Amino acid sequence: MEEWEEPGAEVVKRFMYVNRRAPYGTIYALECLEVVLVAAAYDQDVSVVFLDDGVCQLKKNQDTTGIGMKNFSKTFGALDEYEVEKIYVEKESLDARGLTVDDLVIPVEVLAADDLREIMAQQDVVISS
Amino acid sequence: MNSMLHLINKSPFERTALDSCLRLAQAGSSILLLEDGVYAALGNASHAGKIIERMEDFTFYALGPDIAARGLGDAPLIEGLTIVDYEGFVDLVAEHEVTQSWL
Repeated sequence: MEEWEEPGAEVVKRFMYVNRRAPYGTIYALECLEVVLVAAAYDQDVSVVFLDDGVCQLKKNQDTTGIGMKNFSKTFGALDEYEVEKIYVEKESLDARGLTVDDLVIPVEVLAADDLREIMAQQDVVISS
Repeated sequence: MNSMLHLINKSPFERTALDSCLRLAQAGSSILLLEDGVYAALGNASHAGKIIERMEDFTFYALGPDIAARGLGDAPLIEGLTIVDYEGFVDLVAEHEVTQSWL
């Protein structure tokens, strides 16, 4: 019987997930979160970015009982358990909406576009939704 | 009685629905923000002036359940904008001769 080669010790790629959609008007935001949680199981270098209306996904005090949809903002707290620690929010997007880091459900790193651009340019894979 | 009720269900940051509505709606009309359209109600947002400067022309409403769902219940909203529930939404539709949905 051939010895099975352990597929570990492969090249770790840098995956960036870019969230640009508001949470409930479309399914993109929820789908992206689920993709991130699955991807986190693969020991890659994962980062998650929220910009444009994507920053609204992280707004505190969401209560969806009135619209009959699942409030998935609580699930962002699981990113930490999945060891997804690189969570970036674009400052310009927060400012445009009159929001601050205090309005957000999880601790994030707020980056100006100039700094986010550098990090984005270093990625192997960028998935936007 | 206002003749037309305009429905805006798209974020003003992503779509031009609100801009087009404000440009084309006749003074005296009512405008209801719902679904992602409620982000237009954020009082400290960069675009808030677009609505504030048209307060004389239009009566603005926003759907409460959509505001709550998006966590905007504790955020400063534009003053003078009336929050309605689903029953209020139905009343608005019934009170206006025509409803235009800016999809």
